[in-house]
Amino acid sequence: MAGGRFVSASPLPGFGLTFGFTTFFLSAVILLPLAAMVIRALGIPFSDLIDMLLDERAVASYRLSFGAAALAAAINAIFGFIVAWSLVRYDFPGRRLLDTMIDLPFALPTAVSGIALATVFSPTGWLGQKLALAGIQVAYTWLGVVVALVLIGLPFVVRSVQPALIEVRKELEDAAESLGAGGFHVFRRIILPTVLPALATGFTLAFARGIGEYGSVVFISGNLPFKTEITPLLIVIKLEQYDYDGAAALGFFMLAMSFVMLFAINLVQGWGQRRLGIGAGR
Amino acid sequence: MAAVESWSPEGRRMTPGAKLARTVMLFVSCAFLGLLLLAPLGAVLVQALAKGFGAWFEALHDPDTISSIKLTLLTAAIVVPANTIFGICAAWAIARFEFRGKSLLVTLIDLPFAVSPVIAGLVLVFMFGVHGWFGEWLLDHDISIIFAVPGIVIATIFISFPYVARELIPLMQQQGSDEEVAALSLGAGPWTTFLRITLPKIKWGLLYGVILCNSRVMGEFGAVSVVSGHVRGMTNTMPLQVEILYNEYNFVAAFAVASLLAMLAILTLVAKTLVEWRSGPGGH
Repeated sequence: MAGGRFVSASPLPGFGLTFGFTTFFLSAVILLPLAAMVIRALGIPFSDLIDMLLDERAVASYRLSFGAAALAAAINAIFGFIVAWSLVRYDFPGRRLLDTMIDLPFALPTAVSGIALATVFSPTGWLGQKLALAGIQVAYTWLGVVVALVLIGLPFVVRSVQPALIEVRKELEDAAESLGAGGFHVFRRIILPTVLPALATGFTLAFARGIGEYGSVVFISGNLPFKTEITPLLIVIKLEQYDYDGAAALGFFMLAMSFVMLFAINLVQGWGQRRLGIGAGR
Repeated sequence: MAAVESWSPEGRRMTPGAKLARTVMLFVSCAFLGLLLLAPLGAVLVQALAKGFGAWFEALHDPDTISSIKLTLLTAAIVVPANTIFGICAAWAIARFEFRGKSLLVTLIDLPFAVSPVIAGLVLVFMFGVHGWFGEWLLDHDISIIFAVPGIVIATIFISFPYVARELIPLMQQQGSDEEVAALSLGAGPWTTFLRITLPKIKWGLLYGVILCNSRVMGEFGAVSVVSGHVRGMTNTMPLQVEILYNEYNFVAAFAVASLLAMLAILTLVAKTLVEWRSGPGGH
């Protein structure tokens, strides 16, 4: 292996074996199937492909998927910050338990959170009943989609913000306070600038997860075409109707969106690193 | 992410304003997490036991449910080791060597996290389905992958692909390879070096990745739902069984199976916390 042009010299063995297996497995399980779908979608005549992507029902589903994911990520940015703040800044009984609980949406199978949310928020459920009195219906409306995506996205925001909040330099806050700055002023001028990149990362991760989410949404959303039908569900429906081209077209669009989100996440993280590198004077 | 340090307010005098802020923040946090996390979790347990412990037990003894439990365990028994071996190989190649295209490889490994589970199932249909690339060949040789167990296994590998690798890569990069080089120069073989030096160093990170991978594998719904075909007693995993029972308004049975999955989730969180605590600060 030494002296190879592709890989730098190393005294360690096993590059050929591990690299070979990694790329083979990755290609066989991930890349080849993705290519199969992309090639199928690109085999559709261009004007048909555009028609499928701009179909009224498809556009309604994008609006719901992207709108609900953005709203849920925004809600998580606010409440996730409050939760992260509580976990980092305050010592209270049960703090460690609460900290562990944050990962529950990652650990709980999406079908389970889906039927649980549908039950809790159904018009006869614990919370649904109370909300019905106020004239709000969550289950089987777009609000239900938002609630499910808030649940799924919460850990992304909290886990992004927590380490950033630990990094906030307490001396700066104390100095600002001793110079007479009020609590809100300290928050806006010292805490928020430090935490903002992490908050943006958490928001983007939660949003990216939200647009593709399926299991936790389909039970609570009611799945009405044009109204409460998310894009992943529309793909499943097309597949069930043997509309393979339609499914490939939407799948291709969603895959392209995933790449856009990956790019956005990298961009946000790079922006955060540059910003903190200069802003904090480290 | 363990060992999050907190600022203890003790030792600093808190102004009345700070005290009020603390109360408000804690109240909002607890209310939000209570509504969002505890209410659904509680609903699962309450609904599962709505008709008593006997009905819960009875529901789990349904033959179709038992077969779904078996299929979930079988899938995990194949997928978790496969992705563990992959994760170790990927981490060894990426953390120990410098080669061209490394960052592209890392991005591609993370790709399944960015892709919708439905897409993960869909792409397999275009590979192995009747109209897929290998559809005719598979038909001629009488092999079914889509709407059969192999499809479920492959879809599950797809979505749980990165878990072990992404735990091990940063860990092994941070640890460096001085000890491995020393062992090799003293005449230890590659396998001995791996088993005696590397494995003990990465064991907690590895275990952490395996726990997360297993949790995702056993709970996966979207990807599996696309390729399973929902054949009762044949191609239903536990999450799919939950869906079928729920859609039949058989709530006690649906929530009974869901309660098993919820217990798995809680066990996962406990195991994860123990590993974080055991591996110490900086472990994750």
